[in-house]
Amino acid sequence: MKGFLRAVWLVTRKDLLIETRTREIFFTTVFFALACVMVFAFGFVREGRPVQDAAAGILWIAIAFSGTLALGRAFERERQAETLRALLLSPIDRPALYVGKLLGILALLVAVEALVVPLVALMFQARMFDHALLMLGLLGAGTLGFAAVGTLFAAMLVRARSRDVMLPVLLYPITVPVIIAGVRGTAALLQPEADLPMARAWLAMLVFFDVVFVTLALWTFEPVMTE
Amino acid sequence: MLKKTFPGLVVVAAAMFAYAPFMILDAPYESTMGLVQKIFYFHVPAGMTMFLAAFVSGVGSAVFLFTRKAWADRVGVAGAELAVVLGLIVLVTGPLWARKAWGVWWVWDPRVTSTFVMWMIFNAYLLLRRYGGPGSDKLAAAVALFGMANVPFVYWSVNVWRTLHPKTSVVPTLPAGLRGPFWFCVVAFLLISTLLIAVRAELEKRRQELDALYLASGE
Repeated sequence: MKGFLRAVWLVTRKDLLIETRTREIFFTTVFFALACVMVFAFGFVREGRPVQDAAAGILWIAIAFSGTLALGRAFERERQAETLRALLLSPIDRPALYVGKLLGILALLVAVEALVVPLVALMFQARMFDHALLMLGLLGAGTLGFAAVGTLFAAMLVRARSRDVMLPVLLYPITVPVIIAGVRGTAALLQPEADLPMARAWLAMLVFFDVVFVTLALWTFEPVMTE
Repeated sequence: MLKKTFPGLVVVAAAMFAYAPFMILDAPYESTMGLVQKIFYFHVPAGMTMFLAAFVSGVGSAVFLFTRKAWADRVGVAGAELAVVLGLIVLVTGPLWARKAWGVWWVWDPRVTSTFVMWMIFNAYLLLRRYGGPGSDKLAAAVALFGMANVPFVYWSVNVWRTLHPKTSVVPTLPAGLRGPFWFCVVAFLLISTLLIAVRAELEKRRQELDALYLASGE
């Protein structure tokens, strides 16, 4: 167990170190998320006011789109110098490698959300912090579910052709429950009379989704990544 | 076994599909919907067999992923292709009925949405196999496995999100005259689906053997 955690930490630390030195994925992803918010604002704002539930939808679309971009970039980096092969050859468990990459991606997405969520709240007059704990739970569980499936798919697509377009084609249908739960849960919190039981039900589903799909990903990472 | 019974079963399936329209014509009109209800005899069996084909593909893919048995992969492809074709039938016949019954072509209701999502997952599976390059059979197997695990989540979340579609409980409560043609069509779809999966898996086997021969002759 100790060796496993150490391997996880080494992989995560490597990714975070590269990212803190260049900040490439962080900055490009933040601005891509903002570009998404801007484009969708033109579709869902009438006479200066957002239509009902627009803030929740736009927030989660921005997270899903920019998350896909970040996933693709994070593994493109591993592909260019064949470093993924080096990681696979190293004497660590495959699941440790998966968890390490997942934590790196999660750290990145959390950093992006820390900027994008308050901005969306501000721009769409959405009271996202009235029930901060539930909102954080939805964001955390949703991001984990999305990243758990995304990390597995992005890793396995590294060697595939047309991977840039294949990643969203595979990822979005599978993460539909995350998107629905995220959007509906957030919308339940944002409506004038916050519907707390509803938000809790969506949060519970997200946690359940996370448990099932992290387990499944840990389980399939080894056969999928073995040549 | 398959080789001997196959031609006979094909004839049976063809005869059943040829006879089905007459049975559907003879069935009494449903009291509130009238003629449009008749599409239900193909729509529902196609939907049922689509989910069955998807399940077969998911199980085949899981077995392939963890045991590397080539036959499991062939079952995976065959199931996925059939799920896409049957899904297309469901997604075309559904709106035709919805236009008359609900007044709109498409409604984002749970069963419609989950069928659409499932159909997209198996399209992704086929796209990945077709354009993913070498080794993509394994990757596609992971997609099918995740797609299968996803069904309850998609279903539950879309169900809470909205509800409009007739419930599955209409099937056991069908009036007597409608029940016969309905189950006849279900059996016809099940038969043709089983045959198609078997013949497609066999075709995939030949294709793989041919590939192996090409590789061997090139060396």
